[in-house]
Amino acid sequence: MLTRRIIPCLDVRDGKVVKGVRFRDAHVVGDIVELALRYCEEGADELVFYDITASPEGRSVDRQWIERVARAIDIPFCVAGGIRDVEAARSILHAGADKISVNSPALERPALIDELAAAFGVQCVVVGIDSRLDADGEWRVRQYSGDPQKMQALPRRTLDWVVEAQARGAGEIVLNCMDTDGVRTGYDLVQLQAVRAICAVPLVASGGAGTFAHFHAAFVDADVDAALAASVFHSGAIRIAQLKSFLAANGVEMRP
Amino acid sequence: MSARDVVLVDAGGTNIGSLRYALQRLGIDAQVSDDGERIRRATHVILPGVGAAGPGMARLRQAGLVELMRSLEQPVLGVCLGMQLLFEHSQEGDTPCLGVIPGCVVRIPATAGRRVPHMGWNALQRLREDALFDGLAAPDFVYFVHGYAAPVGASTVASVEHGACWSAIVRQRNFCGMQFHPERSSATGAALLRNFLGS
Repeated sequence: MLTRRIIPCLDVRDGKVVKGVRFRDAHVVGDIVELALRYCEEGADELVFYDITASPEGRSVDRQWIERVARAIDIPFCVAGGIRDVEAARSILHAGADKISVNSPALERPALIDELAAAFGVQCVVVGIDSRLDADGEWRVRQYSGDPQKMQALPRRTLDWVVEAQARGAGEIVLNCMDTDGVRTGYDLVQLQAVRAICAVPLVASGGAGTFAHFHAAFVDADVDAALAASVFHSGAIRIAQLKSFLAANGVEMRP
Repeated sequence: MSARDVVLVDAGGTNIGSLRYALQRLGIDAQVSDDGERIRRATHVILPGVGAAGPGMARLRQAGLVELMRSLEQPVLGVCLGMQLLFEHSQEGDTPCLGVIPGCVVRIPATAGRRVPHMGWNALQRLREDALFDGLAAPDFVYFVHGYAAPVGASTVASVEHGACWSAIVRQRNFCGMQFHPERSSATGAALLRNFLGS
């Protein structure tokens, strides 16, 4: 049976891993390869590297650290940030990444998802969505969330975008719930459940993990395929091996 | 293992780098080539693949490698799409493939709770003994990511359950295939690659 995945997310800025609370005031937490290897050894099922500076500055991710990571680790990893065309995606995949994730550039030009799926197959194409509850009770997507100066609220409803992204060729959706991101009060289960109901491809929960129980709720109550977190892993507040033992003991299929 | 002359067939598969690094971690410096003569001289040939069947076969045709791949007699390993190309036909783009393993590749139907693509770590079900499993203790968890798959057939060595049972490892004469990514399947994947190279 397919196991559920635990995914540490390493936010990268200028080749260093950083983590900011609610995306602001990002601070350096360590070397990329060192952290990646540590998470492999602890039993992470996959890694995501998110270049949070890439989109706002209009540049593509630098390839060198991708190759360093690909040489060092033996679990899959996904690279996100500033991928605007098929060629940029190709160079990242050729450097050794297993999947590419697009967010802001896909909002600028949704056909990018179709082009990536046609070139590499849907299984490589992850669409990341930053979403926040608006005052009128609708979830809407945010663009350029890596930079508070440039972040924009879009009129696009999150649920509409999830449907469109799948139709265009997304092979996986990462839903980052910005209202809960970085504050460790639990995943946004209501929003995840709403997205799960319309999401036929694998769904990754992101934003809000603070305790073992938060992960358990995401898997059991929102039926997500994977749960992503950053700060609780970087700080050592949650050890992946212990988390996976807890989840396995509580009825969630895990890779030992 | 240093006497192994391993060639990775450059057929546009984007996991070629990952496979090369995985082999380096085993102490093997594999050559990447689309030259038929070079491939024929190898002791072991690996056909990587990430992408779609149509472009994958088109690339092999353009490089003049279709007949060559069919005629190889040394151990050949197809990985992911590379395994699917070993079959007769893929439903993906209605593509005729190399046909060195009987059977066809079809789209995995989405069923309740079984999302497509099949993405993540799943356990191999061993259907028969094989030297690939030497030193490995079941269950073997390996990393899958694919939307098309080969149903279980006479060549299936190990299957995987995702809505139905699908071929995870196949073997027919000198041709072997792994639907998952051994290069991204931690210590289990490394052992499977090492065992393939031991053959």
